[in-house]
Amino acid sequence: MTTAHETAPAATASKKAAAAAAPSMNIARVASLITLALLLLVPLFLKNFYIFQMTQWLIYAIALLALNILTGGSGQFSLGQSAFYAVGAYTAAVMMEILGVNYALTLPVAGLICFVFGFLFGLPALRLSGVYLALATFALAVAMPQVLKLHFFESWTGGVQGLVIIKPDPPEFLKTIGLKVSQDMWLYYFTLVVGIGIYIASVNLLASRSGRAMMAIRDNQIAASAMGIDVPLYKTLAFGISAGITGVAGALGAIAVAFVAPDSYTIQLAIALFLGMVIGGVGWLPGSLAGAAFIVFVPNIAESISKGLSGAIFGIILIVIIFLVPHGARQVAYMAQHLIGKIGKSS
Amino acid sequence: MELFINQVLAGISTGAIYACMALAVVMIYQAIDHLNFAQGEMAMFSTFIAYQLLQWGIPYWWTFPLTLIISFAGGIAIERALFKPLGNAPVLVHVAGFIALFAILNSVAGLTWDWTIKQFPTPFGNAPFLGSQLISTHQAGMIGITFILLILLFVFFRFTRVGLAMRAAAALPESAKLVGINVSWMIALGWGMASGIGAIAGILIAPVVFLEPNMMGGVLVYGFASAVLGGLTSPFGAVMGGFLVGVFENLVGTYIPGVGNELKLPIALALIITVLVLRPGGLFGRTFVQRV
Repeated sequence: MTTAHETAPAATASKKAAAAAAPSMNIARVASLITLALLLLVPLFLKNFYIFQMTQWLIYAIALLALNILTGGSGQFSLGQSAFYAVGAYTAAVMMEILGVNYALTLPVAGLICFVFGFLFGLPALRLSGVYLALATFALAVAMPQVLKLHFFESWTGGVQGLVIIKPDPPEFLKTIGLKVSQDMWLYYFTLVVGIGIYIASVNLLASRSGRAMMAIRDNQIAASAMGIDVPLYKTLAFGISAGITGVAGALGAIAVAFVAPDSYTIQLAIALFLGMVIGGVGWLPGSLAGAAFIVFVPNIAESISKGLSGAIFGIILIVIIFLVPHGARQVAYMAQHLIGKIGKSS
Repeated sequence: MELFINQVLAGISTGAIYACMALAVVMIYQAIDHLNFAQGEMAMFSTFIAYQLLQWGIPYWWTFPLTLIISFAGGIAIERALFKPLGNAPVLVHVAGFIALFAILNSVAGLTWDWTIKQFPTPFGNAPFLGSQLISTHQAGMIGITFILLILLFVFFRFTRVGLAMRAAAALPESAKLVGINVSWMIALGWGMASGIGAIAGILIAPVVFLEPNMMGGVLVYGFASAVLGGLTSPFGAVMGGFLVGVFENLVGTYIPGVGNELKLPIALALIITVLVLRPGGLFGRTFVQRV
């Protein structure tokens, strides 16, 4: 009953909007289909090293998606994503190497553990916002590598040395039907499938009742609570979901790199994820791919231009990007949409 | 008991470093309403400028004001060139800008003055202060200068027209514009002053932690933590926060078994967060009531 009530006016409104924005809708759809096709086909023509880099890129994109849900969705700022990423990675590593669990099964467990961790962390964080929340999450990111190094956990985590993981082989049936797939390529497609699943779930989440509640909190917390939204619940939920997805990304990262060590998950990772979100466009999920490309490739580009000044070149590239397009890839997408729309009209 | 007192004294002397940095952090927070993540690198760069001037044979007491003037101008230049054009871009974009600035300053300093650790002279000497082995004359001088700065800032913000205008511009930019305050230049002035205070902090800290491009990494984190603990709205709170964090950190390292240097920082941060959860505005800050 209530759903019918809610959707009826919404449907007419969206029909009107769809009629007005029909060409741009198509453009968006075409763009996403092209992206998908590229993601599926390009690795077939690449060397293993580049496939590995693309896997990294997808993994960061998943982690950025998670941060986008938190910051873009519920308006909470986090510099502590590297901590959740680390927990996910270690969960996968410990399960695979010490408990001997299949790698695919580690993902849901990593997600679940990180969800609980994030949810619990979200509880005290409720009292904090803005800079204070940034400091709290920052503390989490700083503490995590030190905690992983603790002597107490060494039999599980391997201490400072970390854990080496055996890269999973592609499943047997691919060989029996005559397909030759390398480990890297198999992992790439595995990551891609997981990533697409998470992407669809996230889009639906943000479009759902819960997603709208989160966005209402982001826009005006007091108004949201006056409308009867359970602010603490949705804020902690956003933290939990974001942490859970980051954990899955971390687990995938551990499997792809085949190695975990405390110093891979320092505050620098959290800062990189933050920058990726800004470059991709805060709150725009497809932007995660652009942001992840920035994280993976720009440091390499900077290094290749000048070894000594790589930091400065990285900073200059970053400044140029935020000067030209302060809203990141999202702005580029809108501009492209307008341009194509105009061309379509004039022809 | 003697151990306790000694550790507290040692904590106060490291706390002076944090207090200096925290003061600069609060200064810019007052002017632009953000935490400037590049603050530490700006201070480091200013210190290198002072180092360069000393290398050219300029006497210490000439170097000090010269560095201040250069840093002040540099701070204003950064604001005009980088952050004014960003203007109304979202907060997160500004933070990305700070990170970019951080990377640039760090890398340029590393290339110009190379990455080796350098000694930096102190005007106060390094003799034990009043016979105590724990606080040297330099650290005592540092504490003294921090308090002088604090008083100057207080007077500036409280009793001068410019100080009042700056506070107005930060608190209510729209209304400040209406009464004829040039808000845009007030922000630039805030950057200049923060950069100048950062320079003082850098010059005072460098003799203790030694001069190198990454010297501020750890200090800035503690500076932020101190500023937040004391309350970002209060310069006095920031200085007190600095000393508290210094003492905190030392006591944690001494009395909790199994805490090495590695775990000091996380535990200090955890304690600060606990304080913040209980008092969200910081110890000495004002909490603002939000209205719909």
